[in-house]
Amino acid sequence: MVEVMVPIGPQHPALKEPVNFRIYVEGEKIVRLDLDLSYNHRGIEKAAEERNFIRVLPLLERVCGICSHSHATVFAKGIEEIMDLEVPARAQYIRTIMAELERMHSHLLWLGVAAHEIGFNTLLMWTWRDREAVLDTLEEMSGNRVHYNMNEIGGVRLDLSEKQVAAAQQRLPLLEDRIAQYVDMVSHQETMLIRFRGVGKLSKEEILKYGTVGPTARASGVDYDVRRDDSYLVYDEVPWNVVTDSSGDVYGRTKVRIGELSESLKIVRHCIENLPEGPVRVASTPKMAPKGEILSRYEAPRGELAHFIRTNGTDKAERLDIRTPTLANWTSVAKALVNQNLADIPVIVAAIDPCLSCTSRMTVIDTGTQAQGSISWEELVRKCRARYGMGVQP
Amino acid sequence: MIDPLLLTVYILIFPGFLFLLAYSLFFQYIDRKLAARMQHRVGPPLLQPLADFIKTLGKEVIDVKGVDRGAFSAAPLIALAAVMTAFLYIPIIGASPLAFQGDLILVLYLMTLPTLTLFVVGWLSRNVFACVGAIRSVTQLFIYEVPFFLVMLAPALMAGTWSVSEIVAWQQAHPWCAVLQPIGFVIALIALQAKLERTPFDIPEAETEIVAGPWTEMTGHRLALMKLAFDVSLVTGSALITALFLGGPEVPWVITPAWLAALAGFGLFLVKTLAVLFILSTLRVATGRIRLDQLNDIGWKYIAGAAVFQVALVLVMNAWWVQP
Repeated sequence: MVEVMVPIGPQHPALKEPVNFRIYVEGEKIVRLDLDLSYNHRGIEKAAEERNFIRVLPLLERVCGICSHSHATVFAKGIEEIMDLEVPARAQYIRTIMAELERMHSHLLWLGVAAHEIGFNTLLMWTWRDREAVLDTLEEMSGNRVHYNMNEIGGVRLDLSEKQVAAAQQRLPLLEDRIAQYVDMVSHQETMLIRFRGVGKLSKEEILKYGTVGPTARASGVDYDVRRDDSYLVYDEVPWNVVTDSSGDVYGRTKVRIGELSESLKIVRHCIENLPEGPVRVASTPKMAPKGEILSRYEAPRGELAHFIRTNGTDKAERLDIRTPTLANWTSVAKALVNQNLADIPVIVAAIDPCLSCTSRMTVIDTGTQAQGSISWEELVRKCRARYGMGVQP
Repeated sequence: MIDPLLLTVYILIFPGFLFLLAYSLFFQYIDRKLAARMQHRVGPPLLQPLADFIKTLGKEVIDVKGVDRGAFSAAPLIALAAVMTAFLYIPIIGASPLAFQGDLILVLYLMTLPTLTLFVVGWLSRNVFACVGAIRSVTQLFIYEVPFFLVMLAPALMAGTWSVSEIVAWQQAHPWCAVLQPIGFVIALIALQAKLERTPFDIPEAETEIVAGPWTEMTGHRLALMKLAFDVSLVTGSALITALFLGGPEVPWVITPAWLAALAGFGLFLVKTLAVLFILSTLRVATGRIRLDQLNDIGWKYIAGAAVFQVALVLVMNAWWVQP
């Protein structure tokens, strides 16, 4: 049969962000695919190196609209470790509450998107309706639905009042009820079962080989979660379980995420009920950070998020490198898609919960030959100088 | 024979084309509203389908370079004309004045045309999404059409006539075909859903996979008319199932005067078609899209088999039980 190239993206109804797949199919079977990730490089790492520690946190939240708290927390956590600050317990609890609420709204959003990819719009409408309850809680606590801006170096910006805690507590039974409904739905809804089971299968060996992280890895039986294995915030004080599954397909990833929804709810409930008294930030935060290097890790809703931070004794980071979970997961998608059906592309891609703009990396494309590649720092500086003059600083 | 003036009114105004167009827009409204309420949304206002139709009619028509404009513009008109004609042979307020022996075959044939024109449109579009969609829609046609035809012919076999109006009349003296042929009734509903490319059978126009399938390059009045053709098709299909399986507009009691009987029949027609729509909408809301290869498996293994079984059962019942 003749190979046909089906272009998906950069503009396509299945995509919420720009990415380009060139998929070669024989009939409805996928033979191979090429990926172009970067359509939205925003230069956030460089911009972050230009701002001091107070101004950098709101910027880092903008890396991702959904895991905004993750990026701010992982950076603050790293800087606090370099500064050797002891963050008050109440602040850690509030950060944990925000983090888990964020995970809940992210997973609810994902569940709706995954259902939409197989044309099951009813579940999309329902999960996004219930996600509003989580967003309302977040808004009450922080003032914002998406970019909460709760973190500061050395604590959190806002304390939780009795009223806010009570309102959050009131919403939990409703969410618990709905999550139970989704757990039931995923294991019984016939069209979801036939579209998710056995689709996009990845074995444990493949997961480890491609360095896949997060719920995608846990769905293939990799028992790894930064929250437990390199504990931060208050995860070592709260009773909770790492959710894993052995099926390794989209169905498994759905089950893991829904399982994590219940676990997150448990964590939020525990933190709210056991919220310690005390200050929410350290008495005085130093402006400068001593010279140092740190790799700060965090379990974002999509998987392990890592910020590499190098400080040089000033009030700015000398180098910040952000490794988002989506970047770690992409290679596994390319593997999981081969030999699958054309119809399964959206759901397999959605199964890693891709966050494309957070992942953007620079690619060098020769406009003549269309050849793609990477470029060394010296070469980049040389090319910039050739184009923009000698004033460009390395 | 009916008065020519009355016949013209029947065809053009009521219960012919004008009523049909209004009813299909109303049908679309009910379908969207039901789905919205089940999905915990508000849903559109009553005149939204009409507003959508008029707005789409007025939009710019974009011609794809190198595409046969004539064929592209004619396709929606052929589809619309076919399903509107089919509607005339289905009894709405008593037997259709155009009825003849074999009109059931004509109706089934005309109802196949929209899918075929959609295939032509997709194939002509010179667009990879439209092409894939076109192939999918014609593949799907071969899967659902066989069981659909089989179960639609089963009531004809039982009633011993090939006219839709006479099958309706037969059901007045006997139980409904939905009672006598429950398997056939269920298959007819499933196949109609597949014919209209509604979830879970919206494989040819799967938005997240192939943009809009064959519809991708349709714009302006072409799109409006093609959409209308499928809306009319939904009404015609529901009316056909109502006539063949649910006794159509026949009132089981004797009502005088005649106009009151016709009105009661028309009321029954509305109630029954809306009941069919309710089932189809619920099916649409309660499921996700299945894959073409899965539909192939389900269609040929179970649905076609069950349809053959139903026809065989009807033949057996004809021989031993129902004596007309």
